[in-house]
This record gives sequence, C-alpha cells and structure tokens, in this order.
Amino acid sequence: MINTQDVLETINMIREECLDIRTITMGISLWDCVSEDTDRLCDKIYDKITKKAEHLVKTGSEIEKMYGIPIVNKRVSVTPVSLIGGAATPDGYLKIAHTLQRASDTLGINFIGGYSALVQKGMTEGAKNMISIIPEALSQTRNVCSSVNVASTKAGINMDAIALMGSTIKRCAYLTRDENSIACAKLVVFANVPEDNPFMAGAFCGIGEPDAAINVGVSGPGVVASAIRRAGDCNLSELADVIKKTAFKITRVGQLVANEAAKRLNTPFGIVDLSLAPTPAVGDSVAYILEEMGLESCGAHGTTAALAMLNDAVKKGGVMASSHVGGLSGAFIPVSEDAGMIAAAERGALTLEKLEAMTAVCSVGLDMIAIPGDTPEEVIDGIIADEIAIGVVNTKTTAVRLIPAYGKKAGESVSFGGLLGTAPIMDLNTYSPARFIKRGGRIPAPIHSLKN
Amino acid sequence: MKAVITVTGKDTVGIIADVATECAKHGANILDITQSVLSEYFAMIMLADINQLTTDFSNFVDTLEALGKSRGLVIHAMHEDIFNTMHHI
Repeated sequence: MINTQDVLETINMIREECLDIRTITMGISLWDCVSEDTDRLCDKIYDKITKKAEHLVKTGSEIEKMYGIPIVNKRVSVTPVSLIGGAATPDGYLKIAHTLQRASDTLGINFIGGYSALVQKGMTEGAKNMISIIPEALSQTRNVCSSVNVASTKAGINMDAIALMGSTIKRCAYLTRDENSIACAKLVVFANVPEDNPFMAGAFCGIGEPDAAINVGVSGPGVVASAIRRAGDCNLSELADVIKKTAFKITRVGQLVANEAAKRLNTPFGIVDLSLAPTPAVGDSVAYILEEMGLESCGAHGTTAALAMLNDAVKKGGVMASSHVGGLSGAFIPVSEDAGMIAAAERGALTLEKLEAMTAVCSVGLDMIAIPGDTPEEVIDGIIADEIAIGVVNTKTTAVRLIPAYGKKAGESVSFGGLLGTAPIMDLNTYSPARFIKRGGRIPAPIHSLKN
Repeated sequence: MKAVITVTGKDTVGIIADVATECAKHGANILDITQSVLSEYFAMIMLADINQLTTDFSNFVDTLEALGKSRGLVIHAMHEDIFNTMHHI
C-alpha cells in the first residue's frame, strides 16, 4: 500500500521544489547517412532524424502526464557532424547545420546537438572545415548546438585547436551581437567529453553508441536544498547521508522515465545522467544548496569543499538508483542558469578564479559565464587552456562555455531568456598569454594516463 | 495499473462524492481512500484501479484537474509507479 507521507513528499518535490526531468535526449547515429554528395547526405540526415525521433515529443508529453512530472526538454543528439561530413567543404558543413535545424523544426524538439568535432590529438580537413564555419552555423540556426573536444587524458591537449577556439567564440559573439551574443551559449569546448551526454550544448551521439538510445537528465537542486534545510544543524557526515538519500529518490524518477520512454519509443535505454542541473527559477539553484550547507554566499572560502562533498554524495546516492549511469553526472555550476550563482557574482562574492577552482571537484566547467566583449582572443584561449588542463590532469570532463558579450563591459549583464537565464559580465585578468598560446603544438598526456 | 489521486483545498460539502462520481464516469475503480480535515483544510489521497479506464489516462488527468479548478481544489492524478520507484528499493 502506498504511504501517505511518501505521496505528499513526492508531490511536494514536484510542485514546490521544482523537481523535474530536465531532458529526454535521443541519441541518433548518422553513420548510415554518409555520402560523398552533400545534398544527398543532408537528405539522408533529415530523413533519419525525423523518422527515428518522430514520436519523441509526443511520447515525452504522454509520460509527463502519466507520472505528473514535468519533462522540460525533448532533444536529439547526433553523431559528430565533422565525422559524418567527412569531405564536405565549409559551405557543405553549413548546409548540414541548416538540415539539423530543419529536422528540429519538424520534430518540435528544443535542441539538437552534435555539430561537433573531436580534435584532441589533431585535426582532419573535415574537422577544420567544420570548426571554421561554426560561427555562421550557430548564428544562422536556433536549436543547433556545437561542441569541440580539444583534449583528453589519453591524448593530451591540442593547443592548436584551443588557439582556434578563442577566435571562433569571438566571431560567434560578433555574428549574434544583436541578440546578446547568444551563439556562444550554443558552443562548448571540452576535455574528456562523454559520448552519451543528454545535456546541451555538449550532447552528441558518440562513435561507440548504438543506432539510437534514450538518455535522460534530471534536475533537482531545489529538492536537495530543501532536504538540507529540513536536516537542520547536523554534522557533515549526516548531511552527506541526507544528500545521498535525496539524490537516490531524484534519480529513481529519472530511471523510471527513461525506461518508459525507451519502451514506448522502442529504442534502447542508454543512461541516466546524475547531474544536478539548476534553472534560473528561484529555488532551483546549486548555489542555494551550498549556502544552505552553511556558506554566507556561494563563492566564499569553503565553497570548493562544500561542492566536492555535494558532488560526491549526489553520485553515491544516484548510482544505485539507475541501472546505467553516464553523461556528465555531477553538479552543474552554470552562472547564468542559476539564480544563486547570478546573485553571488553580482555581489562580488563569486569570481572567475573561484569558479575555476570549483570545476576541479564537480562537473562540468566554466559554464555560461559572460565576459567583456573586448576580451582579446588569446585571453579566451588561455582561460580554455587552464580549464582543459584541470580536466586532463584529473581524468575528468571539463568544459568552457564563455560569452564575450559584444559591446558590453564588466558590471553590465546579458539576458538570454528561458533556461539560459541572465549572466552578469565578470571581470577578467587580461595579462596576455599570447606567446604561450602561439607556440602551438600539443601538451603531452600526463604520466598517469599510462595505465596499461 | 493503479493511479494515485490527491485532492487538497478548502473543505466543502460533497468533495469525495464529486471526485468519486468523476472516477466512476471514466471507469476508475476506487480501491482505497485516506482523508483528513485540518482546520477547514481538506486533504485526500485516493488509490484507484485504472485498468478499465474508458478514456486515456491523460484525458482522465485533465478532467480531474478541471473538476478541481471548478471547485477551488487542487487535484492531481498520477501513475502509482512514480511513488513506488521513488520510495521503495
């Protein structure tokens, strides 16, 4: 028999504490679309995506009704386009971006990811061509998301690729200068990118993935913050237990939805991503969790330790609740998408340096951070290199999603609306790393990558 | 398949009757009810068998929600599995 207390707790989580399923993402392989002729390739891509994900949005809405839990986004991720495009010219790659947008419009999904390149060790002509056209692709489409993996613990850091990304990001900002440089919010630079991530902008369907798979991401920072509040002044061992139990419950819902979606769409279940994904809504913030743990403001000394414990407890609780865990699986700290992070940055408590330290203990990286529009591209390259080095040396995923807001200065802010939120523009150390970046080449893989 | 129906709001005459009538109209068989009234605040949890439902489940959810709105109550109908998976290993 169902327990009254359990029923009320679940309903309270959903109605009051913003528990929701952030996304059902269908990974779709495009290997069987490969063609020498770009037009033929685009036709096959469009047909495959719209056929495989034909019922994704409808099924998502049905499951939402069935379990009474909001499913905020329905998304598709595809095999990295730089691989599928192969011999395409930059114009050809741009055509593929428009094809992905057209498929997204037909399906009614929120985002489509996979306009991606994997260049951790070097760049093929195809990858070069695709990266060169990313700014045009992202400024001419709405839902297409792009990512570039520039490093891995096994391969080291491709500094030539990083040197390309600063200028690419700045061009994205320029081409969408009338829309607060929004193209930058759809481009992420990775180290150790996961191949089954359901979250944007970094989702793609990896090369070892099946023809299609259902990957699910949950969102429950508000639930964790409330549970910590209810626990009162307990010690940190007890607090870790509270977080674990809450994470277990949240993840079980993710697994339930993933199983149901996989069954209804006749597609294999891939993974549940354990990440705590915040939204700009009040009460749905990772920063508020840290403050509930006892910090005056997110960004105070102690933040990294609190976040490390939170991230670990979320994983320990979540891992037993799901049959397959994957993706990014950790607490997210996107500044613009988290009301508490925005407030902490505005009051000067949260700086870029502190955020960088925080990324060493959680997923995923310097995420959705607005910086002055006149930041030199080498400084952006330097920020990327630092963040990527943290990932490579610690054998974890890190990423950078910066918005050099065109024409804006530190202290102003940019607003993107919806889940992307509002970002206060943060001040930067602008001493030049140009000579270091211009050396190019690769930073060798760290010694502990040699595990065999 | 079973659904959990929760009803909350200000207590008035005939809440249970109205919800039960709506359930009967759509072929949902009520299995169990717990309810309490705390200083005029009404809270009820109902377990219903929905195997013989004459409409699809999402319509049933919408109908109950509309009934709630018309009476100043909040009514949710959810599949029991969300509670079972969340609270039982």
